[in-house]
Amino acid sequence: MDIDLDPIEQLDAPIYHRYHATSSRAITPFLHAMKRGELLGHLSTATGKVLFPPLGACPESGQATHMPVILSDSGTVLGFTTVHLPIPGSKLVPPFTVANILLDGADQACGHLISECEINAVAIGMRVTAVWRAKEIWNNSLENIEYFRPIAEPLVDIDELQKQCLIKANHRKKSAQGDQDA
Amino acid sequence: MREVAIVAYAQSPQVRQEKVLNEVEILMPVIEEALAEAAMTMDDIDFVCSGSCDYIAGGAFSFVSAVDALGATPSKMESHVEMDAAWALYESWLKIQTGEISSALIYGFGKSSVGELPDVMSQQCDPYYLAPLWPDSISLAGIQASALLATGRYTERDFADVVVESRRKAKTNPNAQLSGDVSADHLIEAPYIASPLRRHDCCPITDGASVLIITDKSALPKAKTKPVYIRGIDHRMEAHQLGIRTLSESKSSTLALANAKDQAGIEQFDLAELYAPFSPQTLILKDALALNDKVDINPSGGPLAGHIMMSAGLDRFGMSFRALQSSTVKTALAHATSGPCLQHNMIAILEAG
Amino acid sequence: MTEPRENLLEADFELGFTYTRSPGVIIGKFLAALQQQQIYGIRANDGTVLFPPTEYDPRTAESLHDFVPLTDLGRLLYWTWIDQPRDHHQISQPFAFAMIQLDGADVPFLHRMFADSAEHLSVGMAVKVQWAEQRRGAITDIHGFVTAEGEQS
Repeated sequence: MDIDLDPIEQLDAPIYHRYHATSSRAITPFLHAMKRGELLGHLSTATGKVLFPPLGACPESGQATHMPVILSDSGTVLGFTTVHLPIPGSKLVPPFTVANILLDGADQACGHLISECEINAVAIGMRVTAVWRAKEIWNNSLENIEYFRPIAEPLVDIDELQKQCLIKANHRKKSAQGDQDA
Repeated sequence: MREVAIVAYAQSPQVRQEKVLNEVEILMPVIEEALAEAAMTMDDIDFVCSGSCDYIAGGAFSFVSAVDALGATPSKMESHVEMDAAWALYESWLKIQTGEISSALIYGFGKSSVGELPDVMSQQCDPYYLAPLWPDSISLAGIQASALLATGRYTERDFADVVVESRRKAKTNPNAQLSGDVSADHLIEAPYIASPLRRHDCCPITDGASVLIITDKSALPKAKTKPVYIRGIDHRMEAHQLGIRTLSESKSSTLALANAKDQAGIEQFDLAELYAPFSPQTLILKDALALNDKVDINPSGGPLAGHIMMSAGLDRFGMSFRALQSSTVKTALAHATSGPCLQHNMIAILEAG
Repeated sequence: MTEPRENLLEADFELGFTYTRSPGVIIGKFLAALQQQQIYGIRANDGTVLFPPTEYDPRTAESLHDFVPLTDLGRLLYWTWIDQPRDHHQISQPFAFAMIQLDGADVPFLHRMFADSAEHLSVGMAVKVQWAEQRRGAITDIHGFVTAEGEQS
């Protein structure tokens, strides 16, 4: 026989899981540095590259990283996107621009927001610097930087920039490996 | 069929809680150790396959960040299963059979201490009839244990004896979390946590990672160790609904074993590593696989001595490999399971080369 | 190698997956009936009655359509007694997860069984549905089962 009722079509079935996270060996010093207003990267001795934010592993070599390097809070835009759709749960009001920013001294770009300029003015190679929130509310996160704003410097040729980065990384790699041999 | 051999295996200590290291940090030295054992580098690895589950530690796409531990530059051919890494091994074995690759590195990892594993596991149940009741993994195993007792084949005392054996054998396993001499008389005095199961009948919450390397015979590394060949391997799944199955038996294990035996032409095993996370399941499997007293069951202590969720099945292959490396015995049966109450079972027959 | 313990940062967090499920026509009708306190199984092609109903026979993969009305009575087959329920169980008192076979069905299914203690449970005992006070068309419209001993012959 059939059941003479309209089927239930939609069933709310939310699932909630609780966790207790710890900050891990490599990320802990980075998070403490953020609270002090310092941007702490890791030097990968296997490649000579400076990784930011540091995750404790050098993805190119698979080696653990732990050697701290304090980075500048200025950098260069390697790429960007402007978001026009609201993101559920996000405080950000569209349109806003998210950029891959290569901090001066780093070899790995870090994602952050760009503001204090027209959306159409954001460009690859643009020089930017961090705008920090009030020191009193600093916590252990990258959110202490509210966003990056443009600085009055000429656009950078990012291909050339990345070439220079690679040369410097190779120097650091040699010197790091020389240190290990010594 | 191409002849596929296990050539290296490494495992982190199976600890109750790894507070300091994250998954990638646990994994890196284990990968290094396995590569060193095989005297291989990542350049010698054609394919990488892992098993993990993001719900366990609540890190979205944690299997992607785990690739950081590989040094996968230039890029590696890579895959992942949201299953025990034994199924990552199966995928890798198949890929070797197709002739596409000659070597694979397989890993599994899990930090169960971060979340509430028994509750997370309940969400693998069907979402209409089972999951809304949140039957946790221990309760489901309790139901199965109770079904086994109802057959009259075993008693709670037999469950305790399984635990006594596990702890005793685990004394020689330096990575074991639980080991030592305990008496069944003492164990059955403990209170139930999900009757008829007591805490000791359940595998311990464990953090850790394991890595295993396989190669085609033509690509065997000039390793110091003797290879262990996978002579037969098969996996079979039963219906998900508990009421449809006979929970006191494991028909899919019996069938997978028959198929693996056909491939291998091997009938008797010196040892068996069974992925039975709850003690009564060891007895169900022992019967389903017709293992007699000549078979050394779980010489590593098995999952009751340490249970890295998502890698404990792969560890059965690894522990069999280790046992065949270090003794004169020749053949082993490795078993892995997935799904509630032994729903899905894999059997492999291994032979020292 | 390990950092001093006090240096580690720790935090509790919760992940929510706010899924909405589409149960499909067979399960959807079964759940609609459950909301009305009506219980149906489904007849497989070999004549056996499966409960809870699925749109296919898990043993043969044949599609199924023939609902069979059942009562709220059944038998307790086996169970696990939970002395300390977990938060997710949403049950504050000790209870059992049990395999229960409804009268007229040929296979058991898993649900909650309530009793004062494990000692009050026995194999084959008669049980009956305890309905949830608020029903929304979900398997939890059946809150659980309680003894029906002495209420039927």
